[in-house]
Amino acid sequence: MSDWLHSLRRHVGVLPNPPSRRTLTLAPRIADADVTVSVCPYCAVGCSQLIYTRDGEIVDIEGNPDSPVNAGTLCPKGAATRGLAQSPLRLTTVKYRPPYATEWEERSLDWAMERIAQLVKQTRDETWTETDEAGRRVQRTLGVAHLGGATLDNEENYLIKKLFAAGLGIVAIENQARI
Amino acid sequence: MPGLGSRLGRGGATTFLQDLANSDCIVIMGANMAENHPVGFRFVVQAQERGATVIHVDPRFTRTSALADQHVPLRAGSDMVFLGALIRHVIEGGHYNGEYVRHYTNASALVGDAFRDVEELGGLFSGYVARERRYDPASWAITATPGGQPSKDERGAASDPTLQHPRCVFQVLRRHFARYTPEMVADVCGVEPERFAAVADAIVRNSTPDRTTAFAYAMAWTQHTTGTQMISCCAILQLLLGNVGRPGGGVMALRGHATIQGSTDIPTLFDLLPGYLPMPTTERAHGNLAAYLDDITVDTCGWADAPAYTISLLKAYYGDAAHPANDFGYGYLPQIGGDYSFQQMLIMMRERVIRGLLCMGQNPAVGGQNARLGRRALGQLDWLVLRDAFEIESASFWKDSPEVLAGEIRPEEIGTEVFLMPAALTPEKEGSYTNTQRLMQWHDKAVEPPGDARSEAWFVHRLAQRLRELYADDASPAAAQLRALTWEYPTNAAGDPDLATILTEINGYRVADRSPVSGFDQLRADGSTACGCWIYAGVAPQPGRNRARERDPSGPAALGWGFSWPANRRMLYNRASARPDGSPWSERKAWVWWDDAAGRWVGHDVPDFPVTKPPSYEPPPGARGLAALPGDAPFLMIADGLGQLYVQSALRDGPLPTHYEPWESPVGNHLYPAQPRNPAAIPLEHPENPLQSPQDPAYPHVITTYRLTEHHTGGGMSRYVPWLAELQPEGFAEIDPALAAALSLATGDWVAIVTARGEIRTRALVTARLEPLTVDGRTVHQIGMPWHFGYGGIATGASANDLTALVEDPNSRIHEGKSFACAVRKVLAPGPGAPDRWARDGERGDG
Amino acid sequence: MADSAIAFSAKPNFRSEAVGFLTDATLCIGCKACEVACKQWNDLPADNLGPMTGMSYDNTIALGAETWRHVAFIERTADESAIGSPVTWLMLSDVCKHCVNAACMEACPTGAIIRTEFDSVYIQPDICNGCGYCIPACPFGVPQLSAAGAAQKCTMCYDRLRGGLEPACAKACPTESIRFGFVEELYASGVARIAQLRERDVDARLYGDRMLGGTGAIGGLNALFVLNDAPETFNLPAAPDLPQRIVPRAFAATAAAALVLCAAAIAAMQERS
Repeated sequence: MSDWLHSLRRHVGVLPNPPSRRTLTLAPRIADADVTVSVCPYCAVGCSQLIYTRDGEIVDIEGNPDSPVNAGTLCPKGAATRGLAQSPLRLTTVKYRPPYATEWEERSLDWAMERIAQLVKQTRDETWTETDEAGRRVQRTLGVAHLGGATLDNEENYLIKKLFAAGLGIVAIENQARI
Repeated sequence: MPGLGSRLGRGGATTFLQDLANSDCIVIMGANMAENHPVGFRFVVQAQERGATVIHVDPRFTRTSALADQHVPLRAGSDMVFLGALIRHVIEGGHYNGEYVRHYTNASALVGDAFRDVEELGGLFSGYVARERRYDPASWAITATPGGQPSKDERGAASDPTLQHPRCVFQVLRRHFARYTPEMVADVCGVEPERFAAVADAIVRNSTPDRTTAFAYAMAWTQHTTGTQMISCCAILQLLLGNVGRPGGGVMALRGHATIQGSTDIPTLFDLLPGYLPMPTTERAHGNLAAYLDDITVDTCGWADAPAYTISLLKAYYGDAAHPANDFGYGYLPQIGGDYSFQQMLIMMRERVIRGLLCMGQNPAVGGQNARLGRRALGQLDWLVLRDAFEIESASFWKDSPEVLAGEIRPEEIGTEVFLMPAALTPEKEGSYTNTQRLMQWHDKAVEPPGDARSEAWFVHRLAQRLRELYADDASPAAAQLRALTWEYPTNAAGDPDLATILTEINGYRVADRSPVSGFDQLRADGSTACGCWIYAGVAPQPGRNRARERDPSGPAALGWGFSWPANRRMLYNRASARPDGSPWSERKAWVWWDDAAGRWVGHDVPDFPVTKPPSYEPPPGARGLAALPGDAPFLMIADGLGQLYVQSALRDGPLPTHYEPWESPVGNHLYPAQPRNPAAIPLEHPENPLQSPQDPAYPHVITTYRLTEHHTGGGMSRYVPWLAELQPEGFAEIDPALAAALSLATGDWVAIVTARGEIRTRALVTARLEPLTVDGRTVHQIGMPWHFGYGGIATGASANDLTALVEDPNSRIHEGKSFACAVRKVLAPGPGAPDRWARDGERGDG
Repeated sequence: MADSAIAFSAKPNFRSEAVGFLTDATLCIGCKACEVACKQWNDLPADNLGPMTGMSYDNTIALGAETWRHVAFIERTADESAIGSPVTWLMLSDVCKHCVNAACMEACPTGAIIRTEFDSVYIQPDICNGCGYCIPACPFGVPQLSAAGAAQKCTMCYDRLRGGLEPACAKACPTESIRFGFVEELYASGVARIAQLRERDVDARLYGDRMLGGTGAIGGLNALFVLNDAPETFNLPAAPDLPQRIVPRAFAATAAAALVLCAAAIAAMQERS
């Protein structure tokens, strides 16, 4: 009687509880995933990340334990990098707003690229300055500007400065790094 | 960046994050490291666990303060007085490292007779041109050379090694800071003398041959109209203490974006070319290559090779079209002739000088200063190409900005043609970032970008290809530079350019056989080499090798992990980690030292010094470049190889740091009442950028803006991510309990914060982590507001940058987001212009 | 440098080789990396999207069905009325305690909650029917019902443990405020840490170890905490116990009350008659 009471006091269910089939076969989802070494896109600490993928989809992003900078750790932003890439708000198509319109319109990437190239040329040609008011050769346009770069890759910044400044004479080129 | 560059030779952080673990004392000032660089902060925690003292000097008690051994609250914008008082304490108390100061700094150089200090001229240095709000630095020169002209080469200039001459830099410095006393700190910063003394003691105690103190700063020093000089003031202090170039020492610049360092090294900035070569400008008569090179070349230091770096860049840009007969294509480069920095760009857009904007990964509608003006400026453009992962505020401003919601402007009145182009994110592309410690790291591509999302490399490459087609038959001069441009990158099936080819171009190669160079010492001024960014030379030293992608973490400096410019050196100026004779300052602080038997510098790092130049080396007459610097001159990129306690002309607002109040301050300038503001700061005149008067009674409180751990910059990468949005779901302003009581405010109530730019409404978060300070005999309240928020995304709130002004530090041209003046009042609702959601939530907690 | 994949193999169920957490409030910078790393690995949705709570920087409020790590922020001044009074801002990442004697498991009628080979307490999602008995049973308020009606809580990343990986929260933590390892070793580190902190005049205490007592019939926790203030400060019960331990006392009290009422009723009836 007292044994029975004791077991009742300790437990109302089955003891020990058996593991389910799912439980018995539980394994980390990255066990058979591909892994790519990346760098956190947020601040400038430069934490190394491991991106695990399966069938072309990211299944996990975590810190790279080999890194002398972060040794596998991440901050909340770095830990949320998969959430950044897979956010439900992520844009995947070109949105176009004609002048004075009240809504976005969908456009193809090719159409947008052609239109942008035409506009860059048109505005550049209209605002091209061969010489300044003092007659000095300046070879520039102030009519087109570029903004951004601290979140891009070095190679992309190289192409931007090369094409826009050295190739198109755009001088108003700026990014977040005005420090 | 100029703050460190002008004093030490390079603008980058002098050390690397891991090295903070070697510090005996870490002063975090102008930064909130635990919140904004949490993973970097682990080295601070490691140092602390080993016994280091951690000091946080900051207006707010933050998550950094929570772990610090000492938190010292000071009034935002008063940092220079605190730093100046530390300098005074170090000099007057004899706490400086005399051997270091005599050998490694310009303390002994004599300043010319013509120089007048601010102490003599009531807050102005000699040479002020009031009409133009600028200085003519001629009178600041360090001694005339025998010829009577200020020299770019100060070697051989008169000096006084005893540091006693009244005109020697050391004595000039001493007099300059004589009035920066602990009492002045109390009056101006609101810091009690005991608290100041505790900080000074800890720093001095931990700055010896056997102990080192490190400083870490971020935007809270930079974003002032005196920001460059605050940073440069820290450099002076660290030079006096002998902490630069030594393990556990130095100045750790904490930067805020993944490659913010990289984007100044390979700049997307108006006034620079790659590798810190200046953009040719009509303001300095850079009309031809010879004039340009004459201006930028300094014969007696690393800049002696500027011609090789410049001509190699021109070869990278223009290839065969760059040859000796045409100045290597120099004439194709555009010339700047004014200020086109970000804040000026906003005005240029607003006034329709700029008509088309390509914006990539930046959110000026929230992150830009005077964001209200910024949004109106976007609405003045003919066209806007915005590349981002989300529909950020800068894309949707025409339909949901506060101005549109309030009915001030209708979409039908906004003529901007907007292209919102989906961008690939880091996991979806390969490339390199350069982190806060100049470390270049490659990220591999893990997955394809979704849908029509593409990388910027794809976009720029495609645009270049199409524009070259469009200009193919154009004989106008405007087409010449584009036709001369090299653009032959191999392209894959998806249209992406080959990044290895781009990296090799950045690294540099020999034109004859396209074989990569392994270092910038191999670059030539004869057109035989091409190099896209000379400081990155060596990152891809052999075909197929990418050192940014190498990942060997072993060794105290992890030299095999990534590539750190220049030449993979991890700690800059590390020649100074040894005594003038080449021996370590102490065994505990040994880093790089002279091995006499081997005849070379050895140690844990790549020496930031000619590796076989002995400590006793004296340059022969007529030597050029690094050969012109002696064996005890650690600062290779400066003409005399010495740390600059006093700079002659490199800074636009004076050779020495001086305290001025923020442009908009409720307090007068105690030190120089006639000069409340930095006399060389640049206010941007525009009707939509009204600026407040000094001590304007309508704006009695100090306000400072900042970031939170949970969000990133203008929110474009965090407010749209559910896991981050829930951690800080709403914007707020932090208000101290005394001010809250005076306004009958409780946490959750709505407050209106007002500056001359306008009013915003946000939630109050009442907290004792902000405390009123007694300044100038009266109570000053400080309001804190994160600047992440905007009306888009999941986590929303009013934008703090609707309050900030367009006003520039004269050196860096950054704005003053860390200290300005405002008014605050309680309101009952979020007001017109707020999304409906806020109004509904506004019902909660309103009194 | 910190290990990411702590090398250990699945051990038989010897409690001396149990694994768990040591969460140190004195090293916590309140960054919430643990919260996000947990949600990321376990695919948990954001479940609290505003408005802001106003409780310092805490907007997750408490452990819940979709929040298995929760960082508490405790902001205080020594003297609320005095300007310049020293401020303290304590932070601690809370988590399921994986009790040595787990009330949730004992209350579970379906057998969904099991003790794993790592000595952690795991709710099998395919067995749980959402009856919710475990919820009032837990003396720490840890398990909660999800929107879909399943009881959920920290699994100690059971799937990761199976693969030899440490839990996501401990791996992400930048300052090693959260450590993962064998409980015996964590206990030893915790004791040493307490001694070290006390030398620095920190009011430090180790929370939840069986060797120290204080957890009643729970018999200790596999998630230990280094605290720099009283447990109640961090919303942890000072003297947690198994709820069934309280039953006899409650039963006796009820019985006593019934007797008194009975006696009173009898007395009243006697008076009337």
